[in-house]
Amino acid sequence: MELFIPALLTIITAATPLLFAALGEMVTEKSGILNLGVEGMMVMGAITGFVIVNYTGSVTLAIGASILAGVLMAALFALLVLTFHASQVPTGLALTIFGIGLSALVGQNMIGIAYEGIPKISIPYLSDIPVIGTLLFHQDILVYISLIMVALIYLFLNKTRAGLILRAVGDSHDAAHAMGYSVMRIRLMATLFGGGMAGLGGAYLSLAYSPLWVEQMTAGRGWIALALVVFASWRTGRILFGAYLFGGISILQLHAQALGIGVPSQVMSMLPYLATILVLVITSSDQTQIRLNAPASLGRTFQPSR
Amino acid sequence: MFKKSLVSLMLAAGLAFAGNAAAETKVGFVYVGPIGDHGWSYQHDQSRLALEKELGVKTSYVESVPEGADAERVIRQLASSGHNIIFTTSFGYMNPTLKVASKFKDVKFEHATGYKRADNVSTYSARFYEGRAILGTIAGKMTKSNVVGYIGSFPIPEVIRGIDSFTLALRKVNPEAVVKVVWVNSWFDPGKESDAAKALIDQGVDIITQHTDSPAPLQVAEKRGVYAFGQASDMKAFAPKAQLTSIIDNWDQYYISRVKAVMDGTWKSEDTWAGIKDGMVEMAPYGDAVPADVRKMADDVKQSIVDGSFHPFQGPIKNQQGELVVKEGEVLSDQDLAGLSWYVEGVEGSIPK
Repeated sequence: MELFIPALLTIITAATPLLFAALGEMVTEKSGILNLGVEGMMVMGAITGFVIVNYTGSVTLAIGASILAGVLMAALFALLVLTFHASQVPTGLALTIFGIGLSALVGQNMIGIAYEGIPKISIPYLSDIPVIGTLLFHQDILVYISLIMVALIYLFLNKTRAGLILRAVGDSHDAAHAMGYSVMRIRLMATLFGGGMAGLGGAYLSLAYSPLWVEQMTAGRGWIALALVVFASWRTGRILFGAYLFGGISILQLHAQALGIGVPSQVMSMLPYLATILVLVITSSDQTQIRLNAPASLGRTFQPSR
Repeated sequence: MFKKSLVSLMLAAGLAFAGNAAAETKVGFVYVGPIGDHGWSYQHDQSRLALEKELGVKTSYVESVPEGADAERVIRQLASSGHNIIFTTSFGYMNPTLKVASKFKDVKFEHATGYKRADNVSTYSARFYEGRAILGTIAGKMTKSNVVGYIGSFPIPEVIRGIDSFTLALRKVNPEAVVKVVWVNSWFDPGKESDAAKALIDQGVDIITQHTDSPAPLQVAEKRGVYAFGQASDMKAFAPKAQLTSIIDNWDQYYISRVKAVMDGTWKSEDTWAGIKDGMVEMAPYGDAVPADVRKMADDVKQSIVDGSFHPFQGPIKNQQGELVVKEGEVLSDQDLAGLSWYVEGVEGSIPK
């Protein structure tokens, strides 16, 4: 029990950046756009937030700037993919490489600077509840935002007309176009939203998780987020579950090691990916599952003139 | 000015100017991490800059090169683009370096932390374990819970040597103390490194030491009010209260002397393993938390390593099973140290296979 709460607290920290990035990417993919540039958008969010918090000292400005950085990266992607009809997969890969390089350039003077991390906010009364209080109601603002976003995105996609239209565009852009919906505009919005969320994920890394800047500090979390979307088969609730599961596995394996439990750490390190492959195998053997959840037009270029 | 434009004119014309190439020495570097990691690769790059300043040679570097097939491609690229000497600065570059070296006999190669050499491949490394012995001494005196945490990257001899040296020194001054090791399977992942630090602290560790490259664990230590040691460079900025000292890698002199040797034509394939005495391993100033008597002890250990009266791996040394492996009066040979693959008594857990 003594170990239980600290371990859970660390799991929340490990899961939050994944949750942000995966939620954003899921919305983007639901509109039919596959953006493999999550890692690049995240790392740009991380450096931008860190630069701003160092120059202004304002957490709010820093978070805003991180979102903006992610949105701008996504706008670049959208320009190439939507306006110039570039193929989505290589464009996304290029966006990642570009983001890693650009963030290194921007962050040149940020190496060696320390930041104490964004403050935790206790919600009055609720944070006094034993166990749950410390876990859920004594967190930093970004953790609260991430959980609120889960609810908002769920409601948006499943309970609103706009969400239905977004999914329609992702399932069949031709049909949605014929219905009179602006496929381009909807996809642009979804892509920008995904960028902003990836930026938030990056902000969490450089402002709360390990509040410092070192190059490539995302260390592959953007790719885990991409895997997570598939793992969750494009469902909001499962993304929440998956992010905490992936976070949980990576933390528990560290605890297991420190306790001297003989689990090969290499095996534990590859578990998230193994789980994703497993889910892919299971879901792809069930055709209805896929048809129900995966956006049918995912990754396909749409040219209305055709 | 005229000379410059002439050169660019010839380049523009696409002329190969082989005659003059030998006059200019070009030095290549391959790094495993980004130069902004504030750790291992950062220190190599600092020394690259020192080399440029000292000798005025042309250098180029490629950062974040994964250990494996990519490394071979990068090294070959450097070798075929006129570099005279190439430093490959990670253990995993060993076989790629040798493979490329066998095809470029005129190019000199220097591989860090490896053990395979060829006529045109030297190896070099620092005796970081000497620094680890000093850290262990300080940790032994400063720990209250008698449990010290160690964040490992990959279970290779270099890292295990550090753990063993640290533990031996720790238990020499504090026989009750034990070391908990957590492997993160990465040289560089600030998030995971801080997770590992948190997990260790949650399990009662009150001093953290690491063999990974980012300052993230020190930040966690600072926040949680425990002590920590920096890695590869002085990381005091990240943990002004928590950092007790730090091992600093200093490759300046080595790089300068090796490149000079290439310029003079005196370069030979060698194995260099230098330590505190030669200035390749330095220690950062002690943190304020280290009391005078502990500083004195640490200084004494350092001095005895420098003058040769003490070796971190001198017997008696027991392994985890409590069997006497190195007898009193004996010292583990460099060859044994190079391939070290077992824990000494006092380390908890087992080495991942």
